Parts: sequence; structure tokens; C-alpha cells
Amino acid sequence: MNKGNTMDKAPLFKKKPAARSMALFCVFALLFLLCISSIAIGTRDVSLQEVLGALQGQIDTMGEASVSMRIPRTLLAVIAGSALGLSGAIMQSITRNPLADPGILGVNVGAAFFVVIGLAWFGINQQQSYVWLAILGAGITAIFVYVISSLGYGKSTPLKFALAGAATSAALSSFTVAVVLPRNDIAGGVNSWQIGGVGGATFGSIQLVLPFLVLGILLSALVARKLNSLALGDDIAAGLGENVAWVRIIAWLSAVLLCGATTAICGPIGFVGLVVPHLCRLLVGVDNRWLLIFSALTGACLLLTADVLGRIISRPSELPVGVVTAFVGAPFFIWIARRQRVKEL
Amino acid sequence: MINNTESTFTRVKNGRKYRSVRWARLVVILGFIVSVAFSITLVLGQSFTSPSDVLSVLLGHKLPGASFVVGQLRLPRAVISLLVGMSFGMAGVAFQIMLRNPLASPDIIGVSAGATAAAVFAITMLHLDGASVALFSISMGLLVALSIYGLSYRNGVTGTRLILIGIGVSAMIESITVYLLSQAQSWDRQEAIRWLSGSVNSAQLSQAQPLLISLLLFGGFLLSRSRDMEALRMGDDTAQALGINVNMTRITVMVSAVGLIAVGVAITGPIAFVAFLSGPIAMRLIKNKGALLLPSGFIGACLVLTGDYIGQFLLPSRYPVGVITGALGAPYLIYLIIRVNRKGGSL
Repeated sequence: MNKGNTMDKAPLFKKKPAARSMALFCVFALLFLLCISSIAIGTRDVSLQEVLGALQGQIDTMGEASVSMRIPRTLLAVIAGSALGLSGAIMQSITRNPLADPGILGVNVGAAFFVVIGLAWFGINQQQSYVWLAILGAGITAIFVYVISSLGYGKSTPLKFALAGAATSAALSSFTVAVVLPRNDIAGGVNSWQIGGVGGATFGSIQLVLPFLVLGILLSALVARKLNSLALGDDIAAGLGENVAWVRIIAWLSAVLLCGATTAICGPIGFVGLVVPHLCRLLVGVDNRWLLIFSALTGACLLLTADVLGRIISRPSELPVGVVTAFVGAPFFIWIARRQRVKEL
Repeated sequence: MINNTESTFTRVKNGRKYRSVRWARLVVILGFIVSVAFSITLVLGQSFTSPSDVLSVLLGHKLPGASFVVGQLRLPRAVISLLVGMSFGMAGVAFQIMLRNPLASPDIIGVSAGATAAAVFAITMLHLDGASVALFSISMGLLVALSIYGLSYRNGVTGTRLILIGIGVSAMIESITVYLLSQAQSWDRQEAIRWLSGSVNSAQLSQAQPLLISLLLFGGFLLSRSRDMEALRMGDDTAQALGINVNMTRITVMVSAVGLIAVGVAITGPIAFVAFLSGPIAMRLIKNKGALLLPSGFIGACLVLTGDYIGQFLLPSRYPVGVITGALGAPYLIYLIIRVNRKGGSL
């Protein structure tokens, strides 16, 4: 984050705690409305009665059946969106880099690579193990990219960061293709790793990753305050009595758990983690305690909106949510890149 | 006094002569390496075909077995590899020179991604083939290149901002490509993965024609602008002072480079990192002793030919060339990021 820039512009709700609570309430209300529209709006038009019927568990008509499919989907969108928003906010805080985002860090590709290796070489075929593998791959890749971008004398600039992510993604997808191509049987499974969506959600798959997400959220709550000290710089944070290394490790762990688990069931959904923290910083300022909460809620709102939009835009088929978020997020990325006074690499 | 100027004069003259001889020697050596790689591809595959048989097939004689193996399988592959490699190598180094940054190659800043998306769209949705796909992907590649250039314009274009914006744009475009491919039912999934990572598997001799035309047209134009581009390497101001119309050169060079990339992509798919790798390798070899364009083209051809050979025969199972170049190129990119970090150098 270009700090000078955000500091001059006072965030909308920073000064008055009451206003901030009001904003929190508004975001909650928005989320609720979006949940309802996500259940009611879809590729198929359904009547109000059918929606109500499905909410009571009936699946007698086509309409009710399709609405009942939308319930786990909505739930997954909320969970995935908040996990991605939260993990993006944490990453941006630890790296002090405005372009930090799970997608740009190559987390998706890393997760896919590990799952493919597990499938092809170790004969792993239980969904439970995919989640572990995906989180492991996500974590290793994220940290690898971060380390590369901060090697050398210079600080880790947004450009080096984005490039290191791009390079790592390219290498890993080459390796993934190399593993997959000779094996017809797992090619279909891999395809679902290329584009993110919440369409195939079931309560079972949500249950599978829920423990990881809860752990991630708890860890993030643990470090939210400490991240504020870290934002002042490592030396000052150490002077304030924080154990900088530990804060970093816990924060990374939480971010990686959140985005890795999400990637494990949704596939790659880019740019949510990039856009959301920036929006929230405009709203509530740089205090991480508030920022993280708002990022989670706004992330859920964004992903729900993207999912609903994807269902409406290309009726009768639907656009996967990963494509929609890319279209929302990339212009935002460009805007940040333009605003920054980027140094020549 | 006079003596002194004379000796300076001879020194400059000798230096220039030395450099041009050295450059010519290197180009000849590179050309030789390319032709060796080309011949190996023809002679040695699953089985060995004697050079004399290969030669007589090339001259149009019918030989049982060899005609099929060499004429139908190996020759198209080798020819397409050669042409595509040259196109990618020259286009890559043209971009890198123009933006004075080794990272500004078309496969990083999204030009290749744009051309790929357009080609996929043309093939899967519009069911076009041949030249119309190439035209479609040229126009889309141009559009992407111009919009990246326009978006990064803010009191002039700095390479850094352009690269960063290019990465964002290519992320967006890649999601379109993947989506398009997932919608296309007629496409075998394996085939789609193969094409997306760049492959000369389905090479046919008829595809060589558009490639050759684009290489002659755009590549020839780039070569004719070689002097101006060398001046651009020294900076916009210097180039201007040397009497070069900087904006005009930049735009025409960009258009030709995009043309080279787009035609290649329409035929083989985006072979990862060939455009990115060729320029810096050429730079290492040539140092500051001559134009980079032609050597870089040869290196591109070499990369594709050897990459394809390795992918075909030297590994436990067969891989498309893009997987090999991708696996080679990415570590180099990482090395470059670390090194530039340390020294702050350029191409």
C-alpha cells in the first residue's frame, strides 16, 4: 500500500466507532440480501412459493429441486468469499504489498500441482487427502514466491512480487501438464482445477474444509492486533514487544489455510483477495482488527454477486465465478498499478 | 596531432571491423547449430533414417517407409518448429529492445495470451481455420498490445508499469481462454491441454505457408528497422538525437512483432517462454557487438527444435514442446528477477 496516499484520504468511517458499527451492520444487511437473491435468482426462473418450499426441504417440483441445489452453493460462496477476502487482507498486511493476492502468489497452481502429484504418483484418491495436499501446495508455493521476490538487496516491490508469482505459476503449470498428459484418467479431474466455481457445492464438501477454515479464522483473530504493530515496520514492532517472526509465521499460516482450503473445493478464484482489502481500507482505514472483519464480509458479498451475475449474464448456461471475478478484479489490479509510482526494476 | 587522429580513426575502424566480423561469425555459427538441430530432427526419430535416404525424400523421390516417416512425420514438424521458433525469437527480442526491459517479452505482458484467446475463440466458437484464425489472432493481439500500452501511459510509458499492467491483463485473458476451452465439446481435453501449452504435434506442411509469409513480411520489416532499434536501445532521447522517429519506429515495430507472435500462436499455440528466453541468450552471446534480431531468431528456432526433440524422445513419455520450454524458462525468469534485484541491470 502506498501509505502516504491512504493516510491523507481519511477513510469514510474511521473517526466514529458508531459509524463503523453502522457500516458493519450495512455490510451484514447487504450480505443477507445477496444470500436471498443467490437462492432466488438462477438460470431457471422459479416462483416465490417454490423458493419457500425448497427452503423447507421439499424437492417435488423442478423449481424446488433447483433452488435446493442453490442452498449449498450460496453457503459455499459465502464461506469461500470471506476466506479469500480475509487471506488477501492478511497477505497484504504481512508483505506490505498492495498487489498481494492468493491468485497472484500462484497459490492455485501450487495447490493443483500437489493434488495432481498425489493423484498420479501416490495413488491418493480420497477427497479428504486432496484438501491436505492442496493446503500444503498452496502454502509452499506462497512462501516460495514471497521469498524469491524479497531476495537480494532491494525490497520486495509489487513488480517483483507479481513476476515471481507469474514465473512460478508458469513453471508449476508446465510440470502439472507434464504429469497429467501421459495419464488420460486424471486429465478430467485436472480440468476442474483450471477454472474456479462454486457450482458443484455440496454440504459434504463444505464440511470437509470447514475445520481448516475455522482454524484459519481463529489464527487471524489472534494476530489481527499484532499486524497493526507490524505495519509500522519490523524494528518498531519489535520495539513494541512483538515477536515479529512469530506474528509473521502465524499470519502466513492463517492466510495459507484459508486460501488453500478454499482452492481445494472451489478451484482457482482470482482477484477477490486483491480487491476486497482495498475497498475495505477505503471504508474503515488501516486498523487490521476492523479491516479483517470487513474484508471477510465484503469478500463474501463480492463472491456472491459474482456468482449471481455469472448465472444471469449467459443464460441458459452459466459463467463460472472465477471468470467473473477475473473481469472485476483485473481492471482493479490495473488501476492500482497505474496509481502506484512504480520504481524502475 | 594528425598522427593521433589517424590512429583514433584506425582504432575505430578496426574496432568496427572486429565487431562486425565477430557478429557475422556468431550468426554463422548459430545458423549452423540450427541446421544441425533441423537435420537431427529429420534423421533421428523413433528409428534412424540414413541421411542419404532423407536427402532423396527431400528431393522428391519415393522411398517405401522413409517417404512416410520423413516426409509426413518429421519434415512438417521440423519446418514448423523452425519457422515458429524464429518468429517467436525475433518478436520477443523486438519487444524487449523497444521497452528496454528483458521482462517485457510478449509472453509475459499478455500479448501472447491475447492472441491465444482469440485463436481459441476463432477455432472453437466460430469454427474457422487456417488464415482466418491467424488474422483473427493478429487483430486481437494488436488490440491487447495497444490497450496495454495505452493503459500504462501516464506521462510516458515506463517499462515497469507496462509489465505490471500486462500481467493483470493476461490474467484476465487467460480466464477467458480456459473458459472457452471448457465450453468446447468438440475438443478432446488432452488435445486442448496440449495445444494450450504449445505443441507442434499436429504440424502439417500446409501450415508453413502463413508462417513463412509472416516471417518474410514482418520479420523482414523488423530486420530493415534493425538499425533504428539498435539506436532505441540507447534510450529515447539518444535515438531522437540520432535522427530516429521514435514513436513511429516503436509503433511499426510493435505491429510487426505482434504479427509474428500471433501467426505463430494461431498454428502451434503459445510455446511457453521462447519469446522471453531468446533475446537474453542472444544478448549474452553477442554482448554489445551487433544487432540482436537475427541471432535471437536463430536461438528461438534452436529452442523449439531441441525442446521438441527432448519432449519427443529423451523423456519417459512424450511431451509437447511448450512443457519443456516452460520448465526451462521459468527458473531463468526467477533467476533474472533475483539478479536484476541485486544489480539493477537491464537486458
